[in-house]
Amino acid sequence: MNAAFRIPGAGRLSQAKTASFSFDGRSYIGIEGDTLASALLANGVHLVGRSFKYHRPRGFLSAGAEEPNALVQIVRDDARKTPNVRATVQELYDGLTANSQNRWPSLAFDVSAVNDLASPMFSAGFYYKTFMWPKSAWKSLYEPQIRSAAGLGVSPDRPDPDHYAARYAHCEVLVLGGGAAGIAAALAAAETGVRVIFADEQAEFGGSLRFESGAKIDGENGYAWAQAAIAKLKAMDNVRVLSRTTAFGYYAQNFVGLVERVSDHLKAPGRELARERLWQVRASRVVLATGAIERHMVFANNDRPGIMLASAARTYLNHYGVAVGRNVGVYTANDSAYAAAIDLKKAGVNIAAIVDLRDNPTGPMIDEARGLGIEINFGRAVIRAGGKLRVSSMTVQPKNGGGERTIPVDTILMSAGWTPSVHLFSQSRGKVAFNEETRRFVPGTYAQDCVSVGACNGTDGLDAAIDEAYAAGVKAAKEAGGKDSSVKTGKGAKPKVDASESWSRGMLGAAPGAGPGTTVKAFIDFQNDVTAKDIRQAVHEGMHSIEHVKRFTTNGMATDQGKTSNMHGLAIAAETLGKPIPQVGLTTFRPPYTPVTFGSIVGHARGALFDPTRRTATHGWAAAQGAVFEDVGQWKRAWYFSKAGEDMHAAVNRECVTVRKTAGLFDASTLGKIEVVGPDAAKFMELLYTNPWEKLEPGRCRYGIMLREDGFIYDDGVVGRLAPDRFHVTTTTGGAPRVMHHMEDYLQTEFPHLNVWLTSITEQWAVIAVQGPKSREIIAPLVEGIDMSDEALPHMSVREGKICGVPTRLFRMSFTGERGFEVNVPADYGEAVWEALWAEGQKHGATAYGTETMHVLRAEKGYIIVGQDTDGTVTPNDAGLDWAVGKKKTDFVGIRGMARSDLVAKGRKQLVGLKTKDPKVVLEEGAQIVDDPKQAIPMKMIGHVTSSYWSENCGLSIALALVAGGRDRMGQTLYVPMPNGTIEVEVTGTVFVDEKGGRLNG
Amino acid sequence: MLLIRCPYCEEERPELEFRNAGEAHVVRSTNIAGESDDDFEKFFFIRSNPKGVIYERWRHIHGCARFFNAVRDTVTDKFVMTYKAGEPKPAKLPGASK
Ligand SMILES: [Zn+2]
Repeated sequence: MNAAFRIPGAGRLSQAKTASFSFDGRSYIGIEGDTLASALLANGVHLVGRSFKYHRPRGFLSAGAEEPNALVQIVRDDARKTPNVRATVQELYDGLTANSQNRWPSLAFDVSAVNDLASPMFSAGFYYKTFMWPKSAWKSLYEPQIRSAAGLGVSPDRPDPDHYAARYAHCEVLVLGGGAAGIAAALAAAETGVRVIFADEQAEFGGSLRFESGAKIDGENGYAWAQAAIAKLKAMDNVRVLSRTTAFGYYAQNFVGLVERVSDHLKAPGRELARERLWQVRASRVVLATGAIERHMVFANNDRPGIMLASAARTYLNHYGVAVGRNVGVYTANDSAYAAAIDLKKAGVNIAAIVDLRDNPTGPMIDEARGLGIEINFGRAVIRAGGKLRVSSMTVQPKNGGGERTIPVDTILMSAGWTPSVHLFSQSRGKVAFNEETRRFVPGTYAQDCVSVGACNGTDGLDAAIDEAYAAGVKAAKEAGGKDSSVKTGKGAKPKVDASESWSRGMLGAAPGAGPGTTVKAFIDFQNDVTAKDIRQAVHEGMHSIEHVKRFTTNGMATDQGKTSNMHGLAIAAETLGKPIPQVGLTTFRPPYTPVTFGSIVGHARGALFDPTRRTATHGWAAAQGAVFEDVGQWKRAWYFSKAGEDMHAAVNRECVTVRKTAGLFDASTLGKIEVVGPDAAKFMELLYTNPWEKLEPGRCRYGIMLREDGFIYDDGVVGRLAPDRFHVTTTTGGAPRVMHHMEDYLQTEFPHLNVWLTSITEQWAVIAVQGPKSREIIAPLVEGIDMSDEALPHMSVREGKICGVPTRLFRMSFTGERGFEVNVPADYGEAVWEALWAEGQKHGATAYGTETMHVLRAEKGYIIVGQDTDGTVTPNDAGLDWAVGKKKTDFVGIRGMARSDLVAKGRKQLVGLKTKDPKVVLEEGAQIVDDPKQAIPMKMIGHVTSSYWSENCGLSIALALVAGGRDRMGQTLYVPMPNGTIEVEVTGTVFVDEKGGRLNG
Repeated sequence: MLLIRCPYCEEERPELEFRNAGEAHVVRSTNIAGESDDDFEKFFFIRSNPKGVIYERWRHIHGCARFFNAVRDTVTDKFVMTYKAGEPKPAKLPGASK
């Protein structure tokens, strides 16, 4: 059974293949191949939405991607509720569910439509003017109200269950736009044998051939010719044809982003299908065949449902077999609307009248319309449309004034002319040029290797467009082929145009009745509710640049990006300014051409694939032992090991005490490690670190500090000298890549005379720290070839040998203040060696400990963490590390920066310890410090807490802080104001445990 | 995405493989510790930030890992040329009229 407005025998769809769907809860029948728009129109439904600001009822303006009005929510299931889908683009599938947006409680009765009556309040710049004061009301009152009233659909509130694919592709010629011109260019390029990618946003190729019933190419109807040409192209190995694919962004060096809608048109897409696929294409040459978009007429109430572009009505009739009304009025300023009237009339639809703004136009289309008995009125204007939820009449008046006549209609078709789609050209940074004769912007100066053909280039007429496109296709392919002998000359035949339709010109700006001095609602931008009056008002209020007019009125700033509105807005601004259009200038087009989903941009990079996860060799062991992990950059590090019933606090206290009492094992593998090798290795180390290295003996270690050229601490770590020409450098976990980058930079560009090689060895060595009084007893039984005595292996030394039969670089060093070792073994053996050490450790009651305990133990000793106790503005002196700066050195990175007057001035923030007067109170890291808590707010802050922990070993809370002139404040009482009271603290040294360091050998 | 020619790999590769490393031909003094405040300020803080041709350093970090120099137009983003680290500023740019 056919819907009421489906015309039997009309259109190209098989009317037997029906599909049921629902809109706002009502069921309808459409047919396969419909868009949601054509299916609703077949059922006589025009009212599909409410406008953004005034909540005016809206219908379909277009039949394509330029649609500003008919935005709906498509609901597949609870997680798939896509808002702002253009009903003119969404293909119908059986069971499709759509809802209207931006209305409450219903589409026909919308409470917020009162905004329409109150519209003088809502004119241009309304948001800027009204909601500026009081400032605080914006977040709490205005914004939530506006957002709920002016929503554009509802965002899905669950994770997107669909998946999105991505492809990179390269080709010699990329053809964008699949109308007659694009097809001709693609055929020409393809026949030379080069790789061609050819994309069009529609489900079927053909462009305006979908509605141009008068076109005939190579003896066939234009649309049929297009399908045959596409079949031919698809059969060629060197051609990739992409339908439902929108080129949304044209970037540098012919890099084009396209989104292919893979399964949005399917009833039940399987999991094997992505929802969309992002194509990132690099092309030698790009052919732009993006066509032109028809403009509406600007007159009062031109937004009533049932008022649409003439070409849209033709598309609905000639492609979908749908009559958009029964009694149709036409308002035009060029010939193309005549073709719509003629096609509808021939299909049996009554044409109430054609109203033509032009005085006495002539031509075959006008003759044909007259011959069909259609009433034609020249030199007249439609000054207003009647009706509310659907247009009911058009009121006609001679364009220079005079008597009014109201004609009942249920539909008005309009055409003010055609705007070349220069969006992608403009995105490529090409400069448009204004053609005074045809009054349109066309591609002018090119910035990239691309060419525009057909309607987007302002080329009128099918014959001329195909000529131009075919020649451009051959030329682009030849240029892209370069000297490659496989490129053949174009040998295919150029398509021959047997019959075509032709029109040009039209008008820009407001039509009579909506001109200067009028206050009617004649819409320029339907989606953002911008009227002709708003544009004039913006100019009167001082917006003289088109970019300012755009932002003040929001003209062209909605999701349709002004595809139908930009030229009208520009013309009215120019008229009001009294300047010619090219002097006012077109606004810049920016990607995306049409809205792009986040899903397609993100692709597979979500969840576990968003960022790599790095795990150490002992990860599995730690997880089995109940470790809780923390993220440190991309690493998963064991944070603490919770035994049955322990919370974090209890676990950390136990780990801290056990390490100092017996021993603990800690996975330090994430530390960055760089091997510095070569005859000049020591010289290089002298330049990159503050410390002296030349005299460090092989087998010994030193704590090194790396500065930036500005004199601030950049990184630190223990460095072992394995041989005269070989250093094993460790860095902070987070600093490894940037330290390597920093070292390479200096080696390659400032010190290239040094014979040094740098190798990142972070992943090559697993590092097991064994710390505590029993550490030597735990390690010694497993070690071969290394004398473990204090005399042979003193604190801060390194030896190479074997442990558990595998090679080791064994460091005697400590980040806990206890006797300690760091056992480096090849990462593949990390887990096995850990388990062997753990078995030994068990005999002595050792614990495994995580990063939290590591932090507490090092803070008890006042060892800094770069990036926690320093922040990029801390010098070695500030951190109390002057001893690590070689006093006799004449050069190292940072030596000059460190000597700057501000960096040696008195009163700098210095690292100190803090003890809370109430030892049970643990300070918050980042808390600010003042010296007088009674001073007026805002208080003078003299420093902040950088590290703070409960120390079970000390039985009190300990903290490190950066405090102005801190080392001169020993014993002073300072204050930490917090929301629930001020905390008193005492300034102390930074070492809380074993100040003399005896335990290192204990 | 820009294509950048690595002068070591002698290939045009996508921008993703590279990292910008600031202005080129800013020379670190061999007697940096003895530099005046003014000279150090010029070396460390002052950059040309031109509208037009800029000489800058890039690193083919996800490729050969080498630092090199590039001439780029900051208006069009176009790379005029690239050359190896340590080579002098080109006397004449390709396509330049003077
Ligand atoms: Zn390279």
